[in-house]
Amino acid sequence: MTGPAKIETTNQDSVEQGDCPLSVMDLTVAYHRKPVIWDVEFDLPAGSLVGIVGPNGAGKSTLLKAVMELVPRASGRVEVFGKPYHLSRRNVGYVPQRESVDWDFPVDALDVVTMGLYGQVGWGRPVRQKHRDLAMQALEHVGIADLAKRQISQLSGGQQQRTFLARALVQDADLYLMDEPFAAVDAATEKAIVEILRELKQRKKTAVVIHHDLQTVPAYFDYVVLLNMRVVAHGPVQEVFTPENLQKTYGGRLTLLDEVTEAMRRRERSL
Amino acid sequence: MIWSDLWDVLLLRDYNTRVVLLGVALLGAASGLVGSFTLLRKRSLMGDALAHASLPGLVIAFMIAVAAGGDGKSMPLLLAGATMGGLAGVACILFLQRFTKLKQDATLGIVLSVFFGLGVVLLGITQKMDAGHSAGLETYIFGKTASMRRADGIMIAITALISILVTGVLFKELKLLCFDADFAGSRGLRVWLLDTILMVLVVMVTMVGLQAVGLVLMVAMLVIPAAAARFWTESIFRLALVSASIGLVGSVLGATASAVMADLPSGAMIVLACALLFAVSMFFGTQRGVLPRLWRRRQLNAKIARQHLLRGIYELSEAEFQDANPGHWVSLIDLLQKRSWNSKQLRRQIETAELVELVRYKTDQVALTSAGYAEAARLTRQHRLWELYLVHYADVATARVDRDADDIEHVLEHDVVEKLERLLDHDPIRIAVPSSPHAMEST
Repeated sequence: MTGPAKIETTNQDSVEQGDCPLSVMDLTVAYHRKPVIWDVEFDLPAGSLVGIVGPNGAGKSTLLKAVMELVPRASGRVEVFGKPYHLSRRNVGYVPQRESVDWDFPVDALDVVTMGLYGQVGWGRPVRQKHRDLAMQALEHVGIADLAKRQISQLSGGQQQRTFLARALVQDADLYLMDEPFAAVDAATEKAIVEILRELKQRKKTAVVIHHDLQTVPAYFDYVVLLNMRVVAHGPVQEVFTPENLQKTYGGRLTLLDEVTEAMRRRERSL
Repeated sequence: MIWSDLWDVLLLRDYNTRVVLLGVALLGAASGLVGSFTLLRKRSLMGDALAHASLPGLVIAFMIAVAAGGDGKSMPLLLAGATMGGLAGVACILFLQRFTKLKQDATLGIVLSVFFGLGVVLLGITQKMDAGHSAGLETYIFGKTASMRRADGIMIAITALISILVTGVLFKELKLLCFDADFAGSRGLRVWLLDTILMVLVVMVTMVGLQAVGLVLMVAMLVIPAAAARFWTESIFRLALVSASIGLVGSVLGATASAVMADLPSGAMIVLACALLFAVSMFFGTQRGVLPRLWRRRQLNAKIARQHLLRGIYELSEAEFQDANPGHWVSLIDLLQKRSWNSKQLRRQIETAELVELVRYKTDQVALTSAGYAEAARLTRQHRLWELYLVHYADVATARVDRDADDIEHVLEHDVVEKLERLLDHDPIRIAVPSSPHAMEST
């Protein structure tokens, strides 16, 4: 485990201009002999909102986990701001799927957000007031500061998702990896998350977001990775998010494609 | 006879009793503490497999000792054997999970029973092999605190100390591990290392507990105190403390009972004592206990009924007299029609409200006192503001409507309340005819 002083310098290095926030080369991940994603390769532009879309079982979550070295890679290389993940970890915020944890766990919302700072606190050291203050600010940022002391099972789905978002935001990272933050949240929360994403973009941060609702892709993201075990296409939404590419990603579900074409048209009108 | 024995135990007259009680107290506290983390990590049954799998190791260690010419009662040797057996069991479970598609419950069931069966067979062989020597080994199956010696007590004390130190220093890391292992990994926490540390604590607690509680029932010490503690608190820190306390008290109670009634195995008594504490926690636990929850529900229902009464009177007199001053008499028949209550329920509500001087009551008519008026006016204002809020902020409202809060100002921002009040003023129809959609009544 690296000491705090060393991390500071890594942080400064990594925000340098021109460093690609996330570059994936020839990445293959396999469970039980079966490859889950293979030959995945893309570079993401800095300061963009990136949507990762693809059908269920396409390996979207696995891709994020492989980037963070949470699952073993069969082959390939990942660079985050020009370095392996474990060297730029402080600069990456992670929002796991909401269903991946037990919300009956005996902690309150503030506790959960503070977890985002454990790396900065230092392993084996106690959390201090200044960390709690930062966590409180993050809760304010996502609009649920008044629920800080509430046990997490008493939060609504949207509030739980905001808590997870706050836990990532409190780190003040430059790259955010979010696993379906829009899944099963109320309209107000969806709006709040979109606002936060735009604000991140304004502050030149990059967010990579696994997303299910194809209709909102053109409105929410400016870059997209179409994934179905391998990368079907990646690039700016206007160029890549086409019916042909979607057909290659999802197979021929025409109703879906109509909806997407409609959404793209809306986007063009608004631009 | 039993009473004088109990007296002896409670006064700690006998040196050996002191050792035993102190030993089981520390054992209970340590297993309660470690158990709260394994329960939250959903690994409690690993402790069970570990304990059962220790039996063959224990018997083999005994056989080796006898073959080498000793009497086989060397405590460190037996525990070393038990640990090896337990770890072999855990290794088998991990192996099965890694290389087959069997689920955790199947792998645990297989390994636990096969190892235990092997141990029982080996035990039978040693009993045939020689007469008398191996008699003490059964105590490890069901536990016998009476056989605890000073050295055992010291070993338990060291284990307890290590458990407290490790969980104390790594408290927030273990918390994160149990809550969200993936996030822990993404932050650079070595999940496997922490899991191993937790497992080592389980191994230590289980092994020193074999003698007192026995390997069949050791899992209870890891699960019951922690599960019981959950009824008392919503904070993991307090959960760990309460769990350790329940483990401590349960162990001392059980050991005392078994010391007084010498025929009862101590392990079973300790487990039953812990189960008693569990039952108490389940019914009376302040946070999640059954009775406090029923009680809170009743209180809430009573509060809502009182609010309905006051608002009902207020709105009726408002409709009839244009304003709702105290002293306006409204008829029970009108009031009865405002809600789904029957006349018996309504009268009971009025009687309880009369007791605290919120309303006055005469045959078939009821009026607000000045205190009742103030409360009713406040409630009605709250209700209308919340309703307006639901209408005008429909997109965000459901997450924030909190009728239980005493004042809307405690939940909503000042400027929002001001805006709602302006809306209320400019909505004379709504005020004059307070027949509003009762969207929030059912919550």
